[in-house]
Amino acid sequence: MREITLSQAVNEALREEMRRDETVFIIGEDVAEAGTPFKVLAGLVDEFGTGRVIDTPISEPGFVGMAVGAAMTGTRPVVDLMFGDFLFLVMDQLCNQAAKIHYMSGGTLRVPMVLRTNLGATRRSAAQHSQSLHALVAHIPGLKVALPSSAYEAKGLMKTAIRENNPVVIFEDKLMYNDKAPVPEEEYLIPFGVANVKREGRDITLIATSSMVQVCEKAAETLAAEGISAEVIDPRTIVPLDTETLIASAKKTSRVIVVDEGHQSFGVTSEIASRINEAAFYHLDAPVMRLGAMDVPVPFSPALEDLTVPTPEKVVEMARRLCAGEMIHAA
Amino acid sequence: MCATKTSRAAKAAPKGNSEDYLRMYRQMVRIRTFEDNANQLYLSAKMPGLTHMYSGEEAVAVGICEALTTEDKITSTHRGHGHCVAKGAEFKEMFCELLGKAEGYCRGKGGSMHIADTSNGNLGANAIVGGSMGIATGAALTSKMLGKQDVAVCFFGDGATAQGLWYEVMNMAALWKLPVIYACENNGYSEYTKTDEIAAGSIRGRAEAFGIEAHQVDGQDVLAVNTLTEGLVERARKGEGPFFIELMTYRYHGHHVGDINREYYRSKAEEKDWKDNRDPIIRFRGWLVSQGLATEAEIEALNAEIEADAKAAVEYALAAAYPDGAEVDLHVYAPTDPSVFRPGA
Repeated sequence: MREITLSQAVNEALREEMRRDETVFIIGEDVAEAGTPFKVLAGLVDEFGTGRVIDTPISEPGFVGMAVGAAMTGTRPVVDLMFGDFLFLVMDQLCNQAAKIHYMSGGTLRVPMVLRTNLGATRRSAAQHSQSLHALVAHIPGLKVALPSSAYEAKGLMKTAIRENNPVVIFEDKLMYNDKAPVPEEEYLIPFGVANVKREGRDITLIATSSMVQVCEKAAETLAAEGISAEVIDPRTIVPLDTETLIASAKKTSRVIVVDEGHQSFGVTSEIASRINEAAFYHLDAPVMRLGAMDVPVPFSPALEDLTVPTPEKVVEMARRLCAGEMIHAA
Repeated sequence: MCATKTSRAAKAAPKGNSEDYLRMYRQMVRIRTFEDNANQLYLSAKMPGLTHMYSGEEAVAVGICEALTTEDKITSTHRGHGHCVAKGAEFKEMFCELLGKAEGYCRGKGGSMHIADTSNGNLGANAIVGGSMGIATGAALTSKMLGKQDVAVCFFGDGATAQGLWYEVMNMAALWKLPVIYACENNGYSEYTKTDEIAAGSIRGRAEAFGIEAHQVDGQDVLAVNTLTEGLVERARKGEGPFFIELMTYRYHGHHVGDINREYYRSKAEEKDWKDNRDPIIRFRGWLVSQGLATEAEIEALNAEIEADAKAAVEYALAAAYPDGAEVDLHVYAPTDPSVFRPGA
């Protein structure tokens, strides 16, 4: 199968959906000729014109609010939010408006809108361009949240998101845009709420989102060499969350580590750990462990920033100790 | 009840016959009557929560909405009952919504501050001050993008001009010549504070700074509002928008129904002056009679009919059923036909 980058996969998904449905359009900062700073949208304006690939002023609440109104009246906007950190600028439009309009209107209005943005540290971009804020929006009922872990997921989840009748926030890992993965030539979509068992195992389950899937796959390789069989599961969407698949794996292996790049406290790792504890308590040999980003603003200095994120080494260390029967006490 | 269908199905012909004028009068009285009943429901503790009265501002909503077709969109505010009625909503579904009943426009999930009536192009009231400015502008973007003829009217108060969102969307609306009309209801008070104390410079001047044609009109004169709006709507449909209108008006009640003792920010003499001398309904009624378009007896009969309609709708809503508990987690997500997710679909 051909391999393309995550960036190309997103671009292809948008191109296909814009050809399929003329009500799909892109709106955001420097999305047209510039194709975004990451060049993800390069070339789309040549095919669809500036009427459907719309450059905006630097006014995030404004263009997100307009996308909400456009979605309510018969179009399917794909909003480009240049950095996930800018979510804080658009919280009212996303969480008070987009997320609640279908409910508040008793089901008479709907907001079929996609907000594309990104997450991920270690790009040396410091505290305001490095956050992974997906848990923040996952907390708000009415939004769906997708976290592609490779080019394959990025394309399939984007196509599903665009056809969804609800607001969907997709977080791409900004360090993965140039990572290649096999992506079929023929059309496919990835359903929301269906986890992907990336690697089967017997001894421990590693539940990982976004780029943490790669981290856990590397960890699983190392563990395999030591005789520990790790199962790696990618939920692909955290809202909806395929709890069933996660619980089944926890019951099978009896040990679980949840790995996610959001801050560890009050985050995705906590939520998934709780769901497993509630449903699989008597099947567990150890507490479900969490490995998230440190609860610090992301520092600039590489020497500090690298300490803040989960790594294969940290996952391996924690897995070894769990499998050895050690009780690990979180700090 | 609510026997008279009051929306103007997809027509916005120039005014010129008594039917149009009488409908405008009727709509203003319907708003006032709706609000009087809503206030009584609050005062008698029959309504959950609280609400914000539109009384005094009727000529604004009616003058504007009478210039719109059913397909044209509006966005409304926390003080939104007037917009809802003026855009064509029925009393029964509105009172049911205010009381949290299943037959409300939003099945009781929105209430007074979120009432939406999609059948008449009302995209909803909004409890975030200024919160719908993006939505209205986005609706205008849809219209332009899909080559439709709709315009969008964004209602908001003078208080909302302090929100940054307005300047962001007004900038884009002007850059892209969107068919949106920003209708600022300047009732002199931003909640419990005089507008003079929250607004520096000129409100109109803010729109003009974006190159937007801006107007100020007497918001107590329904004909002046309507004539201005008819012209702007027609031009907006031709791509000459956006436009801004500042409508000088007054709210008779407090910020909300519980804001009773308000002399610390507004005198009773001032309120009395507006009610006695500038009431939009009294003024228009006098005009109708003086022009021979209706007799006092006809007007009284119309008022009585509307009062009876409202009474019947209130009684209906009070007796109506609450939504079943099973609806609590319904409408969190809109359904999507699974067949659209198939490749090749």
